[in-house]
Amino acid sequence: MPCNRQSTRRTFLKTAGSAAVAGTVHRVMLQPLHATPATLNSAIRNLVGEAPLRTGRIKLDIPPLVENGNTVPMTVSVTSPMTADDYVRSIHVFNEKNPQPYIGNFHLGPAAGRAQVSTRIRLADSQKVVAIAQMSDGSFWSASVDVVVTLAACTEEL
Amino acid sequence: MASALINVPKRARRGDIIEIRALTSHIMETGYRRTAAGEVIPRDIITSFTCRYNGREIFRAELFPAISANPYLSFFTTATESGSFAFEWIGDNGFSQTASAAITVE
Repeated sequence: MPCNRQSTRRTFLKTAGSAAVAGTVHRVMLQPLHATPATLNSAIRNLVGEAPLRTGRIKLDIPPLVENGNTVPMTVSVTSPMTADDYVRSIHVFNEKNPQPYIGNFHLGPAAGRAQVSTRIRLADSQKVVAIAQMSDGSFWSASVDVVVTLAACTEEL
Repeated sequence: MASALINVPKRARRGDIIEIRALTSHIMETGYRRTAAGEVIPRDIITSFTCRYNGREIFRAELFPAISANPYLSFFTTATESGSFAFEWIGDNGFSQTASAAITVE
């Protein structure tokens, strides 16, 4: 549903009596199906629990302006010595407005040598992307980037 | 069916930090798209990727529909001994694929 806003709107407009009403109803219909800042926060809370979430040590590299939301290069790197006593346990990436708040969870260990992961992601809208690293001592560190997407992912029909 | 592309250096010195890149062909259908007739296209994604170095897990990823089609992953490891890397992708509808790459550590 969130991925075909246009068709929802089109379908709705066909049946709707007034365009003014359409705007309101459109928003109401879609909201529960999008990840929202609230679902983003609860996804983050599920991971972090009651532990404090600090900013720093982690760097999220995404182009600030993306032309095609279907494939957005992303690199997450964490400052860590990556030794047996002090390493990055995992990296988690979340988003604000895709249909679900999760993007990927990456599990590393001291053998990684360098705490850096790259992949390509989908963004359904201009939004905030959040990366969180869990260290071996249990601490959590986060970074976020606001991305502007001109062509959103998965709006096309088949 | 699907094919995988792996990029691992053939040789490395002991202690070097090496980059591993893995790409596999997969549609990564999100489960949120619809056909023109309005039917939801069922989800078909890779949910898990694992890399083992001589049998020991060094990297694992849980993937979601927000990962692009033909998932690409790049990560690092410390070259400790000669041997092989085993890669495994697991996904919806019983999708499973493996690949491997050898490395010589001097």
